[in-house]
Amino acid sequence: MKLKIPGTGSPDPTVDDGDPAEIQGRGPWQLAWARLRHDRVAVISGITIVGIVLVAIFAPVVAHLTGHSPFTQYRTTGLSPEGIPVGPGRNFLLGTDSLGRDILVRVCYGTRISLLAGVVASSLAVAVGVVVGLTAGFFGGAVDTVLARTMDAVLSLPYLVLAIALISVVGPSLLVSIAVIAFFSFSSVGRIVRGQVLSIKEKEFIEAARSLGAGNLRIMFVDILPNVLAPVIVYLTLLVPASIVFEATLSFLGLGVVPPTPSWGGMLSESTAWYQVAWWYVLVPGLGLLVTTLAFNLLGDSVRDAFDPRYNRLFVSES
Amino acid sequence: MLRFLLRRILFGSLVIWIVATVIFILYFVTPHDPARLIAGKNATAQSIIDVKRRLGLDRPILDQYGRYLWRLIHGDLGYSYFSQQPVTSIIKRELPVTASVTLGGAILWILIGISSGVLAATHPRSFADRTVTGFALFFYSMPTFLLGELLLLGLIGEAYKIGFKFFPPGYYVGISQDPYQWFVHMILPWFTVALVTAATYTRLTRGSMLEVMGEDYIRTARAKGLRERRVVYRHGLRSALTPVTTQFGIDIGTLLGGVIVTETVFSLNGLGEQIYNSISRQDLPVIMGIATLASVFIVIANIAVDAVYAVLDPRVRLS
Repeated sequence: MKLKIPGTGSPDPTVDDGDPAEIQGRGPWQLAWARLRHDRVAVISGITIVGIVLVAIFAPVVAHLTGHSPFTQYRTTGLSPEGIPVGPGRNFLLGTDSLGRDILVRVCYGTRISLLAGVVASSLAVAVGVVVGLTAGFFGGAVDTVLARTMDAVLSLPYLVLAIALISVVGPSLLVSIAVIAFFSFSSVGRIVRGQVLSIKEKEFIEAARSLGAGNLRIMFVDILPNVLAPVIVYLTLLVPASIVFEATLSFLGLGVVPPTPSWGGMLSESTAWYQVAWWYVLVPGLGLLVTTLAFNLLGDSVRDAFDPRYNRLFVSES
Repeated sequence: MLRFLLRRILFGSLVIWIVATVIFILYFVTPHDPARLIAGKNATAQSIIDVKRRLGLDRPILDQYGRYLWRLIHGDLGYSYFSQQPVTSIIKRELPVTASVTLGGAILWILIGISSGVLAATHPRSFADRTVTGFALFFYSMPTFLLGELLLLGLIGEAYKIGFKFFPPGYYVGISQDPYQWFVHMILPWFTVALVTAATYTRLTRGSMLEVMGEDYIRTARAKGLRERRVVYRHGLRSALTPVTTQFGIDIGTLLGGVIVTETVFSLNGLGEQIYNSISRQDLPVIMGIATLASVFIVIANIAVDAVYAVLDPRVRLS
């Protein structure tokens, strides 16, 4: 029988159903998926993210529909006679920037940069972090000491300052931004994976695998890796918004995507001098950035709740 | 305790050495030619060679490396390409601004983060909890530059114009000149630095606190009739703070990143704005000097945090 702690409402719709005929064994992945589907916040933020992805994919369509390219400066229609950006209106739905370019089209193209940087950089960081964390945790000893210490050091470094030093030498580009973001983010994943591996490698099924003749690589990637995947996925969803912010910050400082390629950070940086006369100039890319990071963070939170086994223990107890 | 500190100092020196070496390498793998930059646009081949000789750039790399480290140990960070001033005197001039922003921001950050976390944890699932968690998520998703630009400069800047003259935006007033004006001018930058990072701490403190308050010794403390306030702050908060302290050490690097952005947004003449301006001027000695200084600061701050950690949690000293 399942007991509910009074006053907590009905927290887990997947455990709470009363029909015994439907009860069947469900793996942690299925459970997590089912919880996510019933989590309203997760669904809304998921739909928002799908919408943002669509905007990124169909940016050329938006450009085609408005008839404005993201680079063309519409000096006669897009700027007032005094040279001030034109506000939202029929011709420019979300106004123009200081050079008379269509902000709507530029923001849509900027979505591509943000998503690309966010997703690629965090996937790269997670891949490196998983390999480093697995290696450190699995082999232990000197390997572990060196790798763990390196990760600690990278984590504590003043990453923005060093990123500035690095990029001002190498020169800014999207690829460099992605590499820098991945480099400064892999350690946190690595530490989490290492911690998990340290406890998992002592389990009996690892011993069983070894006695069956499995090699180190096989044990690491076939036996251990699936067991650390849940926290890694949670971390990935939380790393994406962090990487998007990081990229936007680099672009804001003039170290990210090189103008005139539209990026949210770059647009916000250009708009600093104009916010008093052209609010849309700040607001549109700002809101784009905020909605994106908020959606990813909310989704990440829900994914964590869905995977966290304590979720069960807190709300529902078996008797 | 002494051995613990000694080990940390040794590791810290190692990190500083690695950072210094990386910066040296960055400086020398660059396609840029410092001698040409210093000699100016109309330099003849002979004057470039002269500058090279004067700076020791014609010597073998290892020799230069030795000299670089030697100068570094003696606090010589070279000369700015742009203003020809010693980097150390630029740093000395602008450090007070950065120190004001950093220290004030850090204090506000910890105060907001921990107090709101405790508030949320002591009233779980209440209205206060939901409000605090919601705000935390919002600010957590907010890039520092957006917060500074949109909320503080935009909104309060406008309010300032129509007569709400409590938070004057912009420029720095020395603390020795006028402590009151210094404080008032610092409020907006402090909040900009603090709010984004405080959000992480709200979540962290809340989680850690909730966990601790479920421990047996908290029940014991309550059972022996202690007042709730004492249970929460003396028994609960102290051990709830240990994971928060570790995270704090890691996040000082994030703090410095926030300071760079904040100084840039508010046009405060600190090291952050200096490094930002140096990017477009390609003033590498200044960038490298500030990056080195920031790394040294981080390492020292981390040792301090570790010491605090050891005081809070006696188990650390023994291991």
